[in-house]
Amino acid sequence: MSILIFLDQADGHIKKSSFEAAAYGAAIALQMGTTAEAIVLGNGIDDLAAVGNYGVTKVHTVKNDALNHMDAQVFTKIIADAATAMGATVVVFSNNFNGKAIAPRLSVRLKAGLVSGAVALPETAAGFVVKKNVFSGKAFANVAINTAIKIITLNPNSFSVITSVATAEVTEFAATVDAAKVKVTNTNKTIGEVPLSEAKIVVSGGRGLKGPENWSLVTDLAKLLGAATACSRPVADIGWRPHHEHVGQTGLAIAPNLYFAIGISGAIQHLAGVNRSKTIVVINKDPEAPFFKAADYGIVGDAFEVMPKIIDAVKKLKGVA
Amino acid sequence: MKILVCISKTPDTTAKIAFADNNTKFAVDGVVWIINPFDEWYALVKAIELKEADPAAVIHLVTVGLADNDPIIRKALALGGDEAIRINADSHDSYYIASQIAAIAKDGKYDLIFTGKETIDYNGSSIGGMVAELLDLPFISLATKFTLEATSAIIIREIEGGEETDNVALPLVVSCQKGMAEQRIPNMKGIMGARSKPLKVVEPTAVEAFTSIASFDLPPAKAGVKLVNADNPEELVRLLHEVAKVI
Repeated sequence: MSILIFLDQADGHIKKSSFEAAAYGAAIALQMGTTAEAIVLGNGIDDLAAVGNYGVTKVHTVKNDALNHMDAQVFTKIIADAATAMGATVVVFSNNFNGKAIAPRLSVRLKAGLVSGAVALPETAAGFVVKKNVFSGKAFANVAINTAIKIITLNPNSFSVITSVATAEVTEFAATVDAAKVKVTNTNKTIGEVPLSEAKIVVSGGRGLKGPENWSLVTDLAKLLGAATACSRPVADIGWRPHHEHVGQTGLAIAPNLYFAIGISGAIQHLAGVNRSKTIVVINKDPEAPFFKAADYGIVGDAFEVMPKIIDAVKKLKGVA
Repeated sequence: MKILVCISKTPDTTAKIAFADNNTKFAVDGVVWIINPFDEWYALVKAIELKEADPAAVIHLVTVGLADNDPIIRKALALGGDEAIRINADSHDSYYIASQIAAIAKDGKYDLIFTGKETIDYNGSSIGGMVAELLDLPFISLATKFTLEATSAIIIREIEGGEETDNVALPLVVSCQKGMAEQRIPNMKGIMGARSKPLKVVEPTAVEAFTSIASFDLPPAKAGVKLVNADNPEELVRLLHEVAKVI
């Protein structure tokens, strides 16, 4: 019996959301009186012993260049074999892009119930019940997993990571690596920008900014804060900003520590995707904007007057000339 | 070319979220039901675009639900499917639903199976991957662009901070999101035509669900907004730094 955590990597680096999954899996292990082990697939990955800092005692690696791209079928088979070999009773993923591709397949393969988008540790006193987001963040469901093996995908930025200094044992897992049916022909990443799904701070703009030429009010603040940028649905639909920046019920649901909304009225569909943010700031000139009801801090004012002053104040705070 | 599009019924995006029976059931009173937006706007419309490019293509729609799903599936047919299959079962969990869809898909010999990226009610994002595993097919999740070649597809999917281009031979399963297609409104011809399109009702296969919902909770209410005067935005920065400690 053990807890198995899948560590997702890109370009040799473990993703931030996977470290959260590792800490979450280690906390479940502690709760159930067992150990947390991790598996990482691919070649040339940086210091894996340091994953011990998150409470993982052993990291299983499958060093193979073919695994530097994720193929859900190939990955599922290896993770299933590893889970079976070590007698894992719980398998943890981040609920990120790759987690969403692999975890459902693994659920079928291991006949293991899946809860995707968990936001808290499971209740294990009687049964095994996991709290997850439903209705795009407007509510939670407590879902009982009734199978021997359980699979959980953890929502990014939902679990507070506590680290201590420890070293994980790194060991090679002898896996059969099938030929991938998915051929990756290109990857295209925006260099230097913070991925929205992993960001601690998100600065977002709406139609109130009047046009894409005014977006420096969003991007300048984002750059100063090390934040990702986002937008409302109409802004993405009219093409002021790319689709992948759309947050809300039919875009991406996020839960950063700070969500800074400029010129967004806060329609119910938008709120659904952002209302789990720990702190929400709203800048809007309409005092009746529904977003103020969901906000922690707000300024009723013209973004074109208020934002330059805020940017200056943040520059001063950060010691940027 | 045979395409299967998975259609789910969800509450309207503006529906009030409340629970009944001691917080164990979603309160359906007064709720307006719609086609899950990801299924409709992206999965279904993409399938329709493929059929427009290749009139020999056939689109089947599948949904798991009781008779109250019929208006939803008729609306989907009005947008453009050729025929629909409703598996006559109350939904249990994603494994149960995926198993029902896989049973239909197995017999149908589809070249493409499209799902939305998730439903806006249970946000599982699981059906596509489960169906793919049950049928032993490749699966591309969260696709934003889909181009059909002779016997394969070129698909762009979202990854952290960017996108990946994949080339995959058919048949395969794809979960669709924003970027795949643009929302359409059914026209009168479509609505009239949908009435005579076949809607086959089949009984479910026996499958044991893996999970069950014990209860629902609503998030705690916000304490209320602290407003800062527009003449003094510097105060907001101070509060975020010193009180909320988020910057």
